[in-house]
Formats: sequence, C-alpha cells, structure tokens
Amino acid sequence: MSKTANITLKINGEDITATVPVRLNLVDFLRHDVGLTGSHVGCEHGVCGACTVEVNGDAVRGCLMLAVQADGTEVTTVEGLSDSGRSAALIRSFTARNALQCGFCTPGMLASALSYIDAGGAADKAAIREHISGNYCRCTGYQSIVEAICDVITENATTEEAGA
Amino acid sequence: MTGPAMIFDKPNSYIGQPTPRADAARLLAGRGRFVDDLQLPRMVHAAFYRSPYAHAKINGIDVTEARAAPGVVAVYTGAELSKHVTPYVGVLSHLAGLRSAPQHPLAVDAARWQGEPLVMVIAQTRAQAEDACELIDPDLEELPAVVDSETALDAETPVLHSEFDSNLAWERTVDVGDIDSAFAAPGVTVVERQFRFGRHTGVTLESRGTVCDYDPSEEQLTVYYSGQAPHMMQVIYSKHLGIAEENVRVISNDVGGSFGIKIHTYGDEIAAGVAAKLLNRPVKFIADRLESFMTDIHARDHVVTAKMGISEQGTIVGIDFDDLTGIGPFSMYPRTSAIECNQVLNLTGAPYAMENYRAKGRVVFQNKTLMCQYRAVGHPIAMAIADCLLEDCARSIGMDPVDVRRKNLMADDSYPRNSTSGMKLDDLSHQKALEKLTEIMDYKGLRDDQEAKRKAGVYRGIGFVSMVEVTNPSPMFYGIGGAPIASQDGATVRLDAGGALHISSSITEQGQGTNAILGQIAAGVFGVDIERVKVSTGDTKTVPYGGGTWASRGAGIGGEAMLQAAHALKEQVLEVAGVLLQTPVEALDIKNGCVVDAGTDNERMPLADLARTVYYRGNELPSDLKPELIATRHYRVSDFPFVFTNGAMAAHVEVDIETGFVKVLHFWAVEDCGRVINPMLVDEQVRGGVVQGIGGALYEECLYSPEGQLMNATMADYIVPMAAEMPEITVAHIETPTKTSVLGAKGAGEAGTGGAPAAIMNAVNDALSPLGKSIWQMPMTPERVLQVINRN
Ligand code: FES
Ligand code: FES
Repeated sequence: MSKTANITLKINGEDITATVPVRLNLVDFLRHDVGLTGSHVGCEHGVCGACTVEVNGDAVRGCLMLAVQADGTEVTTVEGLSDSGRSAALIRSFTARNALQCGFCTPGMLASALSYIDAGGAADKAAIREHISGNYCRCTGYQSIVEAICDVITENATTEEAGA
Repeated sequence: MTGPAMIFDKPNSYIGQPTPRADAARLLAGRGRFVDDLQLPRMVHAAFYRSPYAHAKINGIDVTEARAAPGVVAVYTGAELSKHVTPYVGVLSHLAGLRSAPQHPLAVDAARWQGEPLVMVIAQTRAQAEDACELIDPDLEELPAVVDSETALDAETPVLHSEFDSNLAWERTVDVGDIDSAFAAPGVTVVERQFRFGRHTGVTLESRGTVCDYDPSEEQLTVYYSGQAPHMMQVIYSKHLGIAEENVRVISNDVGGSFGIKIHTYGDEIAAGVAAKLLNRPVKFIADRLESFMTDIHARDHVVTAKMGISEQGTIVGIDFDDLTGIGPFSMYPRTSAIECNQVLNLTGAPYAMENYRAKGRVVFQNKTLMCQYRAVGHPIAMAIADCLLEDCARSIGMDPVDVRRKNLMADDSYPRNSTSGMKLDDLSHQKALEKLTEIMDYKGLRDDQEAKRKAGVYRGIGFVSMVEVTNPSPMFYGIGGAPIASQDGATVRLDAGGALHISSSITEQGQGTNAILGQIAAGVFGVDIERVKVSTGDTKTVPYGGGTWASRGAGIGGEAMLQAAHALKEQVLEVAGVLLQTPVEALDIKNGCVVDAGTDNERMPLADLARTVYYRGNELPSDLKPELIATRHYRVSDFPFVFTNGAMAAHVEVDIETGFVKVLHFWAVEDCGRVINPMLVDEQVRGGVVQGIGGALYEECLYSPEGQLMNATMADYIVPMAAEMPEITVAHIETPTKTSVLGAKGAGEAGTGGAPAAIMNAVNDALSPLGKSIWQMPMTPERVLQVINRN
C-alpha cells in the first residue's frame, strides 16, 4: 500500500542513506528513523513551528516536507545546532532568561531564532515577535523568548564593535 | 508554626534567588525525553476509530477487513475491550448529588460525542494502524444530539443517559444574607448582565500520549505517561485493569505542557494499557492534533446571569447569579466535571467584604467533548462575574473603578476571616496589591492618555481585576470525596558518599521549574552548592507517595516537604559530625558542602569525608551511632481547606471600532504568592498564565455545529495567542508568606489565567464606554465586538 524510495542526505554533517515510505514526512523520518528526537511534532500541518529544522540553510517545517523531498539536501536539527556550537549563545540566553518551560517548542524556536539572527535581524522586539509568530509556545508568554533573542543580537553587536 | 526560620537568611540560601533551571540545558540541546521519543523493543502502535457523530447508537461494528490489513496485530471494539477493563464513573461523594453514567474506554452501546473512541487498532506502525481504521465498517444509527447547554434541561430535549430523568448532572445553591432586600434598599443601584464564556481547550504543544508496556513474567505494567499525577494514574490503571497496585509503575519524564489537560482518565490511554496487557508487549499511542481537539478535555462553557448591587457611596451590597455549565456526556473521572462550577460558587466576589450573596450553579450533560479542570479552574468565570459587574456598577454611579475597589476590598489587616461564600481566608494583601499596581502602571498617566486619544477618535481602555487564587489544596479538595488523589506530598533527601544530595519528590515537572525549586530548597536548607543536588521526580517506583503538580500545589506542598526533609537530614548529619568532631551539635552548621563552626564558618569537615566515613569506614563510628543519612518527610495543609493567594492585574487595550479588533497594549500583574522561591520562574508562570487568559478572553473557542460537530479542530482554525499579538507583561510581587508552613510559599501557576480575562473584558468595556456599548461574551472576537458596537 505504501511505496518506498531510497534517499541519501547529510544530517548534522553525517551521510545518511535510507529507504523510506514516500508518504513519510521529514520530521517523522528524523525522529523515528534517524533517532533525532529533538525535533518535535505539534500539529502536523505547518502551524505550530515545533518541527522547524534547517534544510540547505533555510528554516523549514519538517512536517510540511516529505522525507523523499529531502533527498540530496543538508539537514540540521537542534542536536546538530548544539553539537556544532551554533546555538551556544542562544542556549546561554534562553537559560538566563528562562525562555523555556516545558521545552517542547524550544527546538523549533531555536531554529527560527537562528534564522532571524543569521539574516542580520535587529534587536527590535516587535520585529522578533513578528518573526517567531509561526512558533507556538503555550507555556512562556513569549516575552522571555523575545528578550533572549534580543540579548544574543545585542551581545553579538558588542563583540563585533569590540573586535572592530 | 515554628521552624528553622534562619534558612532564608543564610548566605548560601537559594530561596528567593532567580537561579536558572538545571534542566534547561538538556532541553535546549534537543535532549528532552518526551513520551513519543521512546522506542521500546517489540513496540506496536495504536490508532483509534472514533465516532463521526455527536450521538449514535452502535448497532455493530465490522472489523474483519481491518484485522486483515497489512501490519495489523490486533483490533478491539468497545464490546471486546470491556471484557478486560471495568468502566469508571466520575463522581465524588462530597459533591452531593453529582451523578454520571459508567464510562468505558471504548464506547460499547452508544457514542456520545464526536471523537469518542469506538475501536482500537494495533499495528506495526502508526500509519498502518490508521490505514486499517479506514477499513472499519460501523453500523451507527445517528441519534438526536444534545448540543446546547441552555436547552439541555428542557422537557422536549432527549435525555442522554436513560438511567436518569434529565440531563442534570449536579446543582448547588449558596444563599448568604438577604440579597433581595439588599437590592431593594433605597439608593442601591443594581446592574444585571448575561455573561457567556466560550468553550476552549488546553492545546498543549505536546499532545497527549502514552507508552504502556506489560511484562507477564512479573505481571508488571509500566506506563510512560505525559502528565501531572503519576500516583493517581497508578491507582486507576490498577483498579480498572485488575493489576495489583504495586505492579503498576507510572513514569512521567518530560511533559510538553499540561495545564490540567493531562490529569484525567482518557479512554484511549487506558485502552493502550489494556492492549499492552493482552499482547504482552509495549503499545504506543500519541494523539494527533485532531484527536487532541476532539478528546482533550475542554474548559469553561458557562452562561451566567448575574446581578450586583451598589450603594450611592460605592459599597457593594451583594452579588446574585445563576451559572449554567455544559460538561459533555460524562463527568470526567476521577476529578469530576463539577469542580469548576463549585469553584465559581465558592470564589465569586471573594476579595470583597459584602454581606449578601446568592449563587446557583447547574451542570448539565450534552453531546460534546468532556469538560473538566483546566488551568485556573472556575477562576476566570468567578473573577469576571464579580469584577466586570463591579466596573459596570462603577460606571453607573460615576465612580472610578479603583476607588470602588479600595472601598470594598477586604482590609489587609482583617484576616483571618471568611469570604461571603464561606471560604476561610488568611494572609492576603488586596489593598497593598492594588496600590502597587496603580503605581507601576502609572494609572493617572494612562487615564490622561486615554482622554487625549479619545479626542482623536482612538478608543483605549483600562481594566482591572482583584482576585484570589485557590492554591495548596488540603484533603478537602478531592480526598474527602473518595478520589485516589493525594493532598500530601513527600520528599526524600539522601547524602551521597561524594557529598552530593540526591533528592526525590512526588510533585512533578511540566516546565514550571519544579525540579529547580526542589533543588533550591534542598541546597539552601541543607547547605550545599546547588550544582551538587540531583533531582528525581515522576516515577511511582522511586519517589515518595504524593499528589503531583496541579492546583498550584507543587511549590507550596511539595516544597515544604522538601524543606522539612532537608532540615531533618541536616540534623542527622550534624549529629554524626558532633560525634566525629567531639563538638556539641549546636556549635556546628553546614555550609557550602562543609561542616563548619556555627557563627565563624570555620571549616571543620567536608561532607564527603563525613559520608565516606559513615558509608565505608563504619568502624570509626561508636557502635551506638547508626546514621541513616537519608530523610523523608511528608506534608499536607491541615488547618485550611485551601491556601488562597491574591493578585491585582490591569490591562490596557485599544479597540479598533471599525474592525472590532482588540489590541492588548500592556498588561500588569501584582501577585502575592507568599514567599517567592524563584522570582524568575514565578514571573514566567504568571506571564504564561496571563497569555492563556488573554487567549480565552479574545481568541480561543471550540465551535460546534448544531449537530454537535466540532468545526475548528485544527491549529489553523482554532486561534491561539502567538508572539506578535501578545503584549509585554510587567510582573511585581507582594510577599505575605502563608502561616500554614515554614516555607510560606503559596501557588502562583494559575493566577494569570484566572485574572486576565476579567481585566481584558473590563478594559474593552472601558474603551467602548464613550459609545455607550459593552460586551459580555468571551472570546471577544472582532465579529462580536462589532456586533455590540452596531447594536442599537
Ligand atoms: S508540527 Fe510542523 S508546524 Fe506544527
Ligand atoms: S515552553 Fe512549553 S510550549 Fe514553549
């Protein structure tokens, strides 16, 4: 009943080859086939942002992309962001601000936050709120998340100035 | 109560500090341990065929094709499953007269809400189980549905449970003083409004789910549970599956939000346990979002007709109301669906010193998803009735709403006392909280701005709420009524050989920071660095017995047990130290992991030396000294049914009178939750709570068709608060510790959700007041706001 396909992709820097049902979405593949359970599933229809991962450098909804569509791509999950140190500053600021409670939205939040910061986003709270408005958090009230992201941008600016 | 009061002033006390949570790092690295992350050997997956109708007779269900589908391991209909699990009834003896019918995990004779599970399919993968569900051929005869709670009691409405004479589940009245005479007295203005509070639901980002594993060699059921009350679930699985209680282990690892959603008995989760037992292998069930909307408990759903009377001088003479609430087809097991209505009757007007009070509550059955306790049970309704009528009264006699509150709020020095409804109150600070609130929000400045903006055709409003919150419940909440729900909690502290503490507690973590505050309390009271405290919670096999985390009880009850246990361990350790160091115990203390001379802090012996001596070199101890180096203490609230907190909150909104959109510009909350253990965590609890309250006030509603079909069961259609619409929330504290414990902590988790809706409704009505219009229905959607603006 369900057809399969072979895919080869790079996940968090490792080459992975797998045979997957063509109907399997990327986040389920990552979670259940690859064992990267850091990416979460909240809605399965692109609304909550819990499944946000990086595909070829872009923040993507892992529930709206099929695993077969990820063939040949480079995927980075929250585990990869942490291992490579790319999320280190955000991890520090999220901890300091208590920008997470249950932590279920957090992996997706980090991916969205990083895409904002990497694109040169400003330390402007309204703009940050706008940017993360595709990421649902039921616990925090958002304010601490916005402040944590802001802190990283301000900190980066200070380090750059000091270095210049 | 006396106790080690100096613990709060010790230099290495963590109580009161904004200490970051130790478990944040793990969650931020993607190393969470949520139920769906679990993969067990031989694990199979459950999917459910659910009723497409709100009400239907089950004539038969043909599952032959589903059984033969690829990957299918087993298929169970309700009739088949009922041979292996007993039904449950959600009643409590102290809610006199409450009735409900036996509920089966999978419906047997009739389906009573759209989404009720009828058949469970177990397959190698979830996708295969869902495929097989498509092949199920049910013979269902659609019956007329009871959808509208307001007609549920009419004679012509069908009765949902044939054993009852009507759709009434419960009713209660409270009558204090003489409300009719009070309203009729000269000079009294009476306002009357009909409030409507829509149904909403929890929308935890992690949906409900379970992995149940059964090992027949030990007759052991292990349930991995995403929820708040492991010991309660242990009893429920044991009782209804017929397994000895000690052979049921419930483990709750990381929980992706709960808010009262994951603390009830859900048929699909119970059925997964039955399947595990029948198949002798692990069964996983994870609700998808559609299943969450259709089967997670819903909340609120009240229609309230209410009156308040006020004298010319602004004295509230009384409140009179009638609350009707629809709870779905059954009262939820085991907490029941009558508690919310009961709370509304208990709490309405509780901040105010008034003499007359009459309240009537009715709880009715209907063919919708079950309604039960969700964050701030009953509070948003109770606070809105009193505080929205109060501001309505203030407008009608031309008095400032803050002045009316000043005049009527109980005086801070008037406790202990009772509320008009008879609740025992102590250690509250309504007046102080209100003063602090008006200060931090710059009330005068906002009123000036409001007037200026009005001239420019901009409609801004300021709304308040003064509130109480029920926290730290005693056995009077559930235990007295016969439910297996502990009101006490236990804590164990063990000194390890390396000088670290291992602590465990029966309260649970769903993101509030339970583990963090337990660590803070133990480290501070005992005297070690917080890095050296390791915390275990959420496993019935290893933690002391207790209730879990709900009703804002974790910090106040579990925290006090931890304080007492850490204090007891300290006494034990000092006794050993006194012998080893040949020093009187009173002359010693423990600081930063060392036994020190009290007063000078001169280091005498590292804890690791002491512990290693006890554990490895017992020969060095006198033979009559038998140290345990482990202590357990349990704590419950005994003098009061609940420990109330209070708060004052304000909302600043702008209403676009062309579109009906309400923008919340800012929100302030002054909270008195007694001793604050970790201000950073408490502030986030309050903010998160406020945002859930704003959700209920402005956006969230489960919409049903007249046939009882839930029409917006997706996250695209059911609107939840997102970052861009949410305001900055300023939080401040008053600290009036409760005298019921040494720790002095009350709960804080639900205040925001309980208070925000009333403040927002007041602010919207304040904004609309120049138009002479007002709105009394939540959520206050743009459409509804426009309707009241355009109504003549
Ligand atoms: S799970 Fe992908 S957006 Fe919600
Ligand atoms: S921290 Fe729980 S959903 Fe965001």
